[in-house]
Amino acid sequence: MIDLLNALVVLSNYVLIPALAYGSQLALGALGVTLIYGILRFSNFAHGDTMAFGAMVTILVTWLFQGWGISLGPLPTALLAIPFGIAATAALLLTTDQLVYRFYRQQKAAPVILVIVSMGVMFVMNGLVRFIIGPNDQRFSDGERFIISAREFKKITGLSEGLAFKTTQGITIVTAVIVVIALFWFLNRTRTGKSMRAFSDNEDLALLSGINPDRVVMVTWLIVAGLAATGGALYGLDKSFKPFIYLQLLLPIFAAAVVGGLGNPLGAIAGGFVIAFSEVLITYPLKKVLGYLLPDRFEPDTLVQLLSTDYKFAVSFTILIIVLLFRPTGLFKGKSV
Amino acid sequence: MTINYKNIGLFFLVACLILGTGFVQSWNTALFILNMGLVSAIMALGVNLQWGFAGLFNVGIMGFVALGGLAAVLISMPPTTEAWAAGGLQVLLGLILGAATVTGAILVQTRTAAGRTRNLTTIAILIGGFFIFRAVFDGGVAAVEAIDAAGTGYLGGLNFGGANYKDWGFMTLISWPVGGLLAAGVAWLIGKTALGLRSDYLAIATLGISEIIIAVMKNEDWLSRGVKNVIGLPRPVPYEIELQESAGFIERTSSLGLDPVTSSSIVVKLGYAGLFSIVLVIVLILAQLALASPWGRMMRAIRDNEDAAEAMGKNVTARHLQIFILGSAICGVAGAMMTTLDSQLTPASYQPLRFTFLVWVMVIVGGSGNNFGSVLGGFLIFFLWVQVEPMGAILIQILTSGMAEDNGLRLHLLESVAHMRLLTMGLILILVLRFAPKGLIPEK
Repeated sequence: MIDLLNALVVLSNYVLIPALAYGSQLALGALGVTLIYGILRFSNFAHGDTMAFGAMVTILVTWLFQGWGISLGPLPTALLAIPFGIAATAALLLTTDQLVYRFYRQQKAAPVILVIVSMGVMFVMNGLVRFIIGPNDQRFSDGERFIISAREFKKITGLSEGLAFKTTQGITIVTAVIVVIALFWFLNRTRTGKSMRAFSDNEDLALLSGINPDRVVMVTWLIVAGLAATGGALYGLDKSFKPFIYLQLLLPIFAAAVVGGLGNPLGAIAGGFVIAFSEVLITYPLKKVLGYLLPDRFEPDTLVQLLSTDYKFAVSFTILIIVLLFRPTGLFKGKSV
Repeated sequence: MTINYKNIGLFFLVACLILGTGFVQSWNTALFILNMGLVSAIMALGVNLQWGFAGLFNVGIMGFVALGGLAAVLISMPPTTEAWAAGGLQVLLGLILGAATVTGAILVQTRTAAGRTRNLTTIAILIGGFFIFRAVFDGGVAAVEAIDAAGTGYLGGLNFGGANYKDWGFMTLISWPVGGLLAAGVAWLIGKTALGLRSDYLAIATLGISEIIIAVMKNEDWLSRGVKNVIGLPRPVPYEIELQESAGFIERTSSLGLDPVTSSSIVVKLGYAGLFSIVLVIVLILAQLALASPWGRMMRAIRDNEDAAEAMGKNVTARHLQIFILGSAICGVAGAMMTTLDSQLTPASYQPLRFTFLVWVMVIVGGSGNNFGSVLGGFLIFFLWVQVEPMGAILIQILTSGMAEDNGLRLHLLESVAHMRLLTMGLILILVLRFAPKGLIPEK
């Protein structure tokens, strides 16, 4: 019995909790990708760098607050700064839309042209972020490091394995839940949200019934800014902020959105967790867990790590390919252009 | 045939830019831009084949370029005999077992009747095969990597020149077509699985594959030393030091009144430029012939309307696979050439912005669908990629000249000037797409 508990604690400590936090971050990113796909009808390659931009503004404002001596006590100051990150990202995205994307929308350009345009936007945003904050690692978390540390956990429960729950992980999960609930409430209950869904389902019909497309597009960018800046800042807070990491995040985010079904918000969340859990589980050495679960005789003498951690891309990619081959529209029904 | 003065003028302009670099900065920089411009032009031709001819959206170019680089190591470096003795065969056996597992699973999926039995058998083969593969393969890898980990620790290549392998520089030339073949093989595998996907999905799939290829090269130390890098690849051209020691060379340079050290490195770079130009001309001629042939017309017909082409009896999937392999192979050749030029393979230096998206900028700016456009784009964009940094530095010097020497903002701006090149490339791409969507040299 104790062995079983210990195994569960090890698994939670190294797999479940990190994957839950990572999955929340991916879900926030994938929601942004999927909304853009649903409303504006293209895969936005600049999304990773949009997240980096939001995170960067959050970091700069956090430093400013820290300089002024403002803090949230045990919580990281960055939480106060996230609204500023969202506002700056919203300004950036709306400007980009006016200057760049609007032209192609009016031309009714093919989606693939918009994808190439978003490559250009990606270059600009990536350069902008590196230009302002530099290409290096930035740390900006403060406050209490742990909600519960491994040592405290051992003392309370008397188990031989510890369970560490970082504040940033807790905040990530809680924030993601709040954001997702707010988003679904907005999409399902408000007039604007309903018009967005109508626009996504059938553009012509939505236009006929008098929905203002410019307004729908603007609201979409605002929501995407909120999701991207929050997701980016939480990722930076939980791991660390490095501009090029966000470019690499593009792949698991796309994978999450596609696996869930592009254009389907519920699918994006499910996809985020599917990708996160498989990535963490497959690249984690299971030796310790199996050591507790199996009788001594069968205890494995290798690490039982299915793949080295550097192959985590391969995991998201393999899931992506399998889903695309067997269920081309994703786990939840997505759309195809 | 009418002479297109605008296009000739554009090429003349780029030539002037590179020559200008030679006069203003140094001939070493100018020749560096020329050589990398040649390589970039070949990559752009490969991408143009896929995008411009056939409308395939491949953002995995980095992976194929890296595979070419891998081929350069596998062909031109000497084999590590101790490592082969210690575990080389075991590694190969492991790989064969792995391949057999996958093939077995695919055979079961395709050759037997659908149902629960088929799925269970497939899963059993995959899981059982994976553990057998890891058991055999891991042992071999450990044995190979244990051999002189600081110096070799990998299986090495196929250069049988022994201790004098550096004299066998021609092996690197062989590695160029091999790089193309390697990239083509991987492209076939990818194309078989991913080409049925829609454009957006294909883009995401290729993006993922290129990251996986880089991950493999960073991780599998037995193959190409991973992030420990392989340095000192043999060269198809003489070494600077040999030239400086040769009496004839010193005599000739001094008779021209040149410094032997500088001129030796220029001669070496010119040697590379000659070799690269030959490859570029061959690829360009082939691409032009292909474009004008019935095959090229069919490709463009498929690009413009897949359904109509299919209705006319064209096998769209097979043609897509064909051109995907061809374009990727060209990128592989260019990758092997680039690694030869650097004389080293550093997997960590492969970044998608530099090796995938920059090539796309070259194709779009040059003019997709036009081979000469791609060549022009390759040279022009690489020139800018190198020169934006010094130009940006001068610009910021002028803009901030009113500020104090130690002004924080001024110092920050000067420090960040290196990142302006990304910004500039993005702006160029966006502006070209908006105001000249067909590129500098449009498709006819």
